[in-house]
Amino acid sequence: MLTCKEFLAELQDFLDEKTDAEIRAKLERHIAECPNCWVICDTTKKTISVYKGMKSCSIPEDVHARLMAAMEKKLAAGKTVVS
Amino acid sequence: MNLQTVNRGLGFEVCCLPKGAVGLGIPLRRDRPTKDSGGAVATMSECLRLSHDNPSAASERTGATWETGESSQKLAEKMSTDTVTPLAPQSEDPEVHAAPSPDLTGAPQIELTEEAKAELELVNKARRGDGAAFSQLIRQYEGKIFRLAMNITQNREDAEDVLQEAFLKAYEHLDQFQGNSKFYTWIVRIAVNQDLMKLRKRKTDRSVSLDEQIDTGEDTVAREIAAWDPDPEVQYSQEELNTILTEAIDGLAPIYRTVFTLRDVDGLSTEETAEALELTVPAVKSRLLRARLQLRDKLTRFFKRKGDDAFAYM
Repeated sequence: MLTCKEFLAELQDFLDEKTDAEIRAKLERHIAECPNCWVICDTTKKTISVYKGMKSCSIPEDVHARLMAAMEKKLAAGKTVVS
Repeated sequence: MNLQTVNRGLGFEVCCLPKGAVGLGIPLRRDRPTKDSGGAVATMSECLRLSHDNPSAASERTGATWETGESSQKLAEKMSTDTVTPLAPQSEDPEVHAAPSPDLTGAPQIELTEEAKAELELVNKARRGDGAAFSQLIRQYEGKIFRLAMNITQNREDAEDVLQEAFLKAYEHLDQFQGNSKFYTWIVRIAVNQDLMKLRKRKTDRSVSLDEQIDTGEDTVAREIAAWDPDPEVQYSQEELNTILTEAIDGLAPIYRTVFTLRDVDGLSTEETAEALELTVPAVKSRLLRARLQLRDKLTRFFKRKGDDAFAYM
């Protein structure tokens, strides 16, 4: 059986599903028998999941307006490199 | 905004440029010495780390090697013809001349998804002077660029400057977009450079920890163990959840929050993140794991199952 340190060393690839079948089976066996590593793995997965579901960043309207104003100014000046 | 200042800053003040700099055509050269580094080489990852360890030290580096390895070696070989003078203006960049702007209307060399093709078409239109097409690209990515800039600079005013500078610079250099990476990956590289300039100029900044050790060993971190609720996020309103998640990210060192944001929030691949930040793939993976575990620790107090006590691990 893997040690906890060995498990943690493989955790990244395990979370990203980049491990080959043999290592994956070993890792799954480890977390089935080690509650601490199961918690680490489960909560790290959930961490990734909540951030993936994070509402996409809506830009403040005033920031957007100033960006578009700067772009309009740039477009009006043409694509000449300003130096 | 003073574009002259921006250009001068890019030419002489930024010490690094992400991989693919040739494609960007921006007059920044990664691994080129900085004016103030006395010939030492400073890469983007170094800048981020220096910005974390000591923002003002980023411009005072005297030769310590932070990131070593194959990529720097290969780059050194590739750039063996480069001079080691301060960064040259774009028009004098030998590699830009050596790598002419591609015809993006021609058949792409790589298989593109429908989404990528549509995006490339927008870029092509923008290159022909179609402002509406470029506005569409802005709409698509301004939120992500602004969030990334907020994550790195942790300052709204700086983030807004970075946002404007990144898009203006992208538009200015649009003819040098190679089309073999996502537009977002390309503009992220520009934006991160602008972010780094902001950090480096903040001489008295104390908003980031100066004493945290960067340790790539993953087994030395004390972690709290407590199982979470099955759907921890439902306990909070969307606004509360966003605050919790944002504050947790803000608590990470710049290098970690940048890697995490690009990889796990914006959804870039590990390779794209490495390209955007001029890190090796193993370095991205190492920092990503550290970021994920640190965030997991920070979120545990909000999301742990009621009645469970956390305890130290390892």
